[in-house]
Formats: sequence, structure tokens, C-alpha cells
Amino acid sequence: MSELLAPFHYEFFVKGLVVATLAGALCGLIGVYITLKGMSYIGHGLSHAIFGGFAASAVVSFNYFIGAGIWGLASALAINQVARKRAIGSDAAIGVITTASFALGVALLTKFGNRGPTFDAALFGSIIGVKDSDVLVILGVTLLTAAVVFLRYRALLFTTFDPEVADVSGVSVSRMDALLMFVLSLSILSTLTVIGVTLVAATLVIPAVVARMLTNSFSRMLALSTAIGAVCGFVGMNLSYHLDVPSGTTIVLTGATVFGMVLLFTGGGRLRRTVGLDQHPDVPATTPVTSAR
Amino acid sequence: MIPQPGDALISLDRVTFGYGAEPVLCDVTLAVRPAEFTGIVGPSGSGKTTLLRVLLGTVSPTRGRVTRPVRTSVSYVPQLETVNWNFPVTVDECVLMSRTTGRLLPWASRVEKAEVANVLERLGIAELGRRHIRELSGGQQQRMFIARALLRRPQLLLMDEPTSGVDVGTRHEMLHLLDDLNQEGLAVVLTTHDLNGMAAHLPNLICLRNHVIATGAPVEVITASVLEQTFGARMEVLEHCGLPVVVDRYAPDPSPSARAVL
Repeated sequence: MSELLAPFHYEFFVKGLVVATLAGALCGLIGVYITLKGMSYIGHGLSHAIFGGFAASAVVSFNYFIGAGIWGLASALAINQVARKRAIGSDAAIGVITTASFALGVALLTKFGNRGPTFDAALFGSIIGVKDSDVLVILGVTLLTAAVVFLRYRALLFTTFDPEVADVSGVSVSRMDALLMFVLSLSILSTLTVIGVTLVAATLVIPAVVARMLTNSFSRMLALSTAIGAVCGFVGMNLSYHLDVPSGTTIVLTGATVFGMVLLFTGGGRLRRTVGLDQHPDVPATTPVTSAR
Repeated sequence: MIPQPGDALISLDRVTFGYGAEPVLCDVTLAVRPAEFTGIVGPSGSGKTTLLRVLLGTVSPTRGRVTRPVRTSVSYVPQLETVNWNFPVTVDECVLMSRTTGRLLPWASRVEKAEVANVLERLGIAELGRRHIRELSGGQQQRMFIARALLRRPQLLLMDEPTSGVDVGTRHEMLHLLDDLNQEGLAVVLTTHDLNGMAAHLPNLICLRNHVIATGAPVEVITASVLEQTFGARMEVLEHCGLPVVVDRYAPDPSPSARAVL
């Protein structure tokens, strides 16, 4: 027992634990919308794009949050712009722009070295070097996201479930989508140091999928996903210390274990709830119904 | 007849709209009046759903004019096939979605709960409020979306293929329900490709094939000539109990040997 509590004597660990728990809760909360709207790939892509900004900021010794934030926003706008022209699909646009940004980040860090967090820490997360400012930033982003979800709950739910009808029922769908993208970018940016670029997408998806397997209610799914994310962050960070592996890895593996356990105890039937979770089936072609003679 | 915008809920004057270079709707002129019950019939790609979107205001015409008084309140019921039935919402949550203004708190107020209970009771699904949307039958799912639409107290209800893929019993249920709502003063406009099961029972029809082919009561509109212009296929129209009955006149292509003789 004393061995389990030992890391709590270290300030760096307590800070990392607070950040990881908040990061898990934040990703679990926003992940519900991202998963249900079929935006998981955007989350994955944005985290990679932000890595380019992270590297560029580190090379020129610019504030990491501002530099990577601007870079991520520019990437999101570029994806939107390319997809809008319909020359290629949005998934292909994400693939091109975000991986190019990621590759640029790798090239910059390899060529010029790094003055901020280490390369491994940026990719897979780390509990070392979590600063007071990191705690404040993630606390601020979590409170902001919770406020957005609380105050725009109905509009966000309507937009996520049925954007076409929401649009004609007085909800500004484009504004809600933009708000969600903004909150998603902030969430990825603020959790990157602990979870890492390559693993952020998993923390967005796993808690939401597990929560969906446990409930049929949207409000309960939000609460469960947030709680599961927080628990995975807390447990994953402890495991990271004791096993001496990157924190992002242990947080994601904890989530995967929870997924496996829920699957085991509830049976495969619950997994069917998550099939096509983000899809709106195509409308079948119609032909006149008459009596054939 | 040229529609008079003054007494119409929505009127379209020579409306043309296309998603690309090719227009989907051409010179469509019509008016939707209070307490009217109209069906839009036409083949796939004839512009039925696009016409609904123009009426809803989600697309703007490239030419022509849409007149919709500010006071006109419109609700929309989508096709069941377009809904993600795995989405985690209960019937109560789904119906309450349309209440997007007036309250910032996520949970329903006592007044809102009572309103949801009332509308579900009116539609005969009061006991299903806590069920997940997938656990409903096709008719109940349709009633749930009508409940969501009615919660906004609309003057006009637009429905996209409300009887697509449902059985005869559910179709009859739906016709009775819509007829009752219409009798209470609600204007209803729906699209359908079901000529015998749905269109023939409606008071008013619009035959559409990118432009309006004919409008009027089913007995006036469902004729062999209008149907051939609308669907591009030969059909025969019989009469049964005062209602038109449409019968396919499908003739297979002659066999190769017969073609050689011909």
C-alpha cells in the first residue's frame, strides 16, 4: 500500500495526476460528440497537425500553446477549404494536410533539436515536466468545455443527432459545428503533453464507446464517458509511474482494458449498439408503388 | 391558378433550383394554404425532397421567389431511413430536442415534461417515453418524430416519405393520424411514391417531374396520361369505390427470336 501511495509525495506526480485525470474527463466529455458525429478521424488528424505547430514553436522558442494553437486552427481551416472545393474528400484532405504537418514537425525537431518537451514526450505523453501553467490551462479548458456542453446542451444534441431538422428548428448548425471544432482543438492542445500526439484520438473514442455500451440515454452517456475518461486518466497515470512507461500509453491501455471488461461482462450484444454509431444511412432510391398486373 | 401569397403559409413563384448546372426544380409555382393536406408524387430524382427543402427554407432558389410570412411556423419530419437508430436517445429526449429556445438548462422543466407527456399521449405513445428509439416499431418511430414536430406548435408539417418501408397497418395508422391532425387545422405536405396506398387517399396532389406536371384532387390528377408524363412509364388507372387504382402495364421486351420476326 505504501508503495502505491509513494508517488503522491512527489509534486511533479500530483500535478501530472491532476492533469491526466482532467485530460481523461475532458476527452471523455468531448469524445461523445466527436464519436457520434463521426469526427474521430478529425480528432486524430488535428492532434498530428498540432504537432507541426508544437515543433515550429519549440524551434523558435515561441509559446507552445499559442504557436500550436494557431497552427492547429490553420490546419482545420485548410482541411475545411480543401474539402469545400470537393476536389477531394474531407478524409483525404485530413490525411494530406495533417500528416504533412506532422512530418514537418518531425523534420524540424530532428534538424534543429528541441528546447521544450522531448520528442518522445510529445508523441506518447509524459508525467515529467508538467508545469503549474499546464494544470491551469487544462483546468480552464475543462471548465470552458463543461460550460459549453451545459449551456448549449440541447442545441448540440439536436445538431449531433439530426442536423437537417435542427437547422429548420432554429438551431444554427454551422455555429454549433464551429463551436465543437474550437473546443476540440483546445482539448487536444491542452492534453497533448500528458497523453501525446499519437494517442489523443484513443482517449476521445474509448470512453465514449464504452459509455455507449452501458447506456441508451444521451445524458447518461455524457456523464459515464466523462467519468470513465477521468478514471482511465487517474489509473493510467499511476501505472505510468509504477511501470515506467509513457503516460499516454498507460492511459489508453487502461481504457482498452475497461472496454474489454465491459464487453466481457455485458456480452457482445452491447457492442452492437456502437455499430454505425456515427452513420446516417443512405436514403434508398424509391419507385412508385402500384399494383402489378 | 396563380397562388395568392396573402393567404398562403408559403408560396413559390416560378422557382428554379439545381445542385449543379442541371436544375432539379424548374419554374415551380405553388402555394401552401392553412389546413391544406397535399401529397407530392414523382419518381426518384424528380425533385420531391428538394421541393420540401425549398419550402423549409434550407435551400434558396437560383431563380424565382419564395414568400414565407415571418409568423409561419414549419416543422419537418425526416425519412425514417435517414435516421441513425443507434444514437443514444430515449423517446422523451428525442421529442424534447425541438425545444431549443427559452431555457438554457439541459434538463426539462416541469412545464416541458408535461408538454412532452401530453403530445406523446395525443399520439398514443405515452408509455414509451423512457424507451430507446430503436425499441419502437416503424409506426411508433414515425409518431415520435411527429410528436417532436408538434411540440413546436407548427402551422405546417412537412414530411418526407412518411410511409416508406412500413406495412399496410402502419400506413393506415399514419393516414388516420395525419387526417386527424389536418382536421384540427394543421397543414400537411408530404412526399410519397406510393400511388395506391397513400397518394390516392389524400385530398390534394402535386405530380412532379422537375416541374409541376399536374395539381388537383387524386381523381383529377391520377390519370394514365399524367402518370406517364410524371413517371415515364405506362400505367393503367382503374376505379374502385370512387378511388383511382393504378396498375402497372409492364410489357417485357420481345425475345430475340420474336424481335427477328418483327
